[in-house]
Amino acid sequence: MELLVDIALLSMLVATAVSLILVRGLVASIMLTSIYGLLSASFFVTMDAVDVAFTEAAVGAGVSPLLLLMTVALVGRVEQQPRKRHIAFPLLLVTVTGVLLIVGTLDMPPFGSADAPALQHVAPRYLQQSGEEIGIPNVVTSVLASYRAYDTLGEVLVIFTAGIAVILVLMLPGRRGSVPDDAGRQRPRNVVVNVVSKILIPFMLLFALYVQFHGEYGPGGGFQAGVIFASGIILYGLLYGLPSVCRVIPPPVVEALAALGVLLYALTGVLALLDGRPFLDYSVLATDPVTAQYLGITAIELGVGVTVASVIITIFYAFAAHLSEAQR
Amino acid sequence: MVLHWLSEACLLAGSFLLLTGALGFLRFPDIYARIHACGVTETLATSLILVALLLKSEAALPQVKLLFILLFLMFSGPTASHALAKAAWQGGVRPRATRDAGERPASPAGR
Repeated sequence: MELLVDIALLSMLVATAVSLILVRGLVASIMLTSIYGLLSASFFVTMDAVDVAFTEAAVGAGVSPLLLLMTVALVGRVEQQPRKRHIAFPLLLVTVTGVLLIVGTLDMPPFGSADAPALQHVAPRYLQQSGEEIGIPNVVTSVLASYRAYDTLGEVLVIFTAGIAVILVLMLPGRRGSVPDDAGRQRPRNVVVNVVSKILIPFMLLFALYVQFHGEYGPGGGFQAGVIFASGIILYGLLYGLPSVCRVIPPPVVEALAALGVLLYALTGVLALLDGRPFLDYSVLATDPVTAQYLGITAIELGVGVTVASVIITIFYAFAAHLSEAQR
Repeated sequence: MVLHWLSEACLLAGSFLLLTGALGFLRFPDIYARIHACGVTETLATSLILVALLLKSEAALPQVKLLFILLFLMFSGPTASHALAKAAWQGGVRPRATRDAGERPASPAGR
């Protein structure tokens, strides 16, 4: 049964990829990208990687196609036809890379095999002892937020840096941190969508908080909660306009929050340093080791969630500011 | 037993509706007819399938979750169809009937 689902999903993925290559209209290809993201998310669910599926559904199928659509609204919706098409060299390059990748997979152990190298090294310890050492049921969260907290700090820093880079590249001169005004510009109102979204957005934000604080027990955590929270805010911004959403969460506040999240994460680590222990050793936080782990994981997951949500909202603001500037 | 057959019937009806929706999407002439084919059948078909799953499941937690999904779909499906149709209308797409009759399309509203 699961095989049938896999075959159906994979063939839809292939069909989407092929039509992505063939299609010329940029809006159509963005929609296909979104479908690709949704299909990948479903695929992750069938592979029991629900944590990844959350993020993929929110970012791959929601936020990133939206940012692409906003870009297309700025630059025009038809891809320029190249005058002379050199197809031979790119085709050769792609074919060689593809063949190499397929050859590379031949050496891999079969999917799910117990003696795969990835399952030999530290994985058994994580799987068998995280229950006693960390005391939370979701092993993904234990690995991500405790055993590998240092790596996750790196990931959060990457996201933070990406947010800064987008602000630097897209910052409008002279309008740093200011809330745009919508004087005189009447947005087309859509009563049905506005009313329904007003009903649904609070539940989206509530669900994001649930994912944030339930991440130790079920699928979820800071990254997932952050993107879901940001999706809710972005939806609000799309329907009610940039000025309204900027009044709800002013851009300077979001930028400060993005930095604060990283700071919260790093300070949790520094607390351990002050006590003369290794960076991000949670045992300083409480006398009982399991309680200390719990506190530490909650703190850094909160930092991750705040940073991810703020960075995504910041990126949306940057794109939307350009769009409203162009429409002026 | 009755529940079992009821749920099977709901599943079958839902699948059939999904199939008709897909057929309509492929065969109908213009965007409004296609939205009609997909939007209407999709809401009913997914509701039927969810009801079928609701009847099949025995624990309370999955049932509550399914109910939430059902509620969400009841909100989101029709809204999405509406937004799509409205976007098409504001983008200047007119139904095929008025186009075939040779009428000049009215200027798009709400631009």
